Amino acid sequence: MIVPYGHVLMLAGTLFALGVVCTVARRNLVMILLGVEIMLNAAGIAFVAAALRWQRLEGQAFVLFIMAIAAAEVSVGLALIIRAYRRTGSVDEDTYDLLKW
Amino acid sequence: MTLYAVIFYVLAAVILVATLLAITRRNLVHAVVYLIISFFGTAMVYYLLGAPFLAALEVIIYAGAIMVLFLFIIMMLRVEKMAERPFSLGQLLPPVFLGLVFLELVGLLAFTDPGGRVVLEAATASPRTFGRFLFQRYWLAVEIVSFLLLIVLIGALFLGRASGRRRPEGTEGDS
Repeated sequence: MIVPYGHVLMLAGTLFALGVVCTVARRNLVMILLGVEIMLNAAGIAFVAAALRWQRLEGQAFVLFIMAIAAAEVSVGLALIIRAYRRTGSVDEDTYDLLKW
Repeated sequence: MTLYAVIFYVLAAVILVATLLAITRRNLVHAVVYLIISFFGTAMVYYLLGAPFLAALEVIIYAGAIMVLFLFIIMMLRVEKMAERPFSLGQLLPPVFLGLVFLELVGLLAFTDPGGRVVLEAATASPRTFGRFLFQRYWLAVEIVSFLLLIVLIGALFLGRASGRRRPEGTEGDS
């Protein structure tokens, strides 16, 4: 007897929305990656709650894969940020306008 | 309201407040530290929802490895506090409106759907059960993910290797 399933989904949904806001509204490349992390985390909460709701372990297995994906994404993303920073000396996303016509 | 429910709502409040503070900080280090609090809260939610192994992994991987990686990068970048250029009202209103509609719909769905009102029964998947399940049913996915991690390792090494001379800004050419 913990809480209704919907409440956990609301927590996950709100957390996801916060991640979207961080990704879209912030201008710093590092903050954009942090927003993606928040979103993956929110997805993990929803998966674990679903695993408990249906008493199946698949949900927990998927959270494990989500964690691996998050680690992979963040290491490549940060390597890209370092490389871009070496080139332009800034992590402001508006600096990267080379493809703009 | 049971004790578990109280713990869950307190944890949810802590997670949301910490995340909200994290995404509004201008100082990157502060943002990362707030996010570590949020991930600790998430780990406790995992524990509450019957996934102790995932709770441990959340602390180790998310709050530990990933956030420390972020801190290292922030230290390397020597980021000056950038002025955040706030959006104008005309830019801000449509997404805020759409987001509120979205949240409204999700809340409606979560609360009116009879499936959403099911109260979760406490149950725990021990790490032994979880590991057995994972390697019996999803061994191929585990292999694929480990292969992906190897690829990412090589990719990060490739991207992060010191490129020869620093090119001045605006010149073309790959490296």
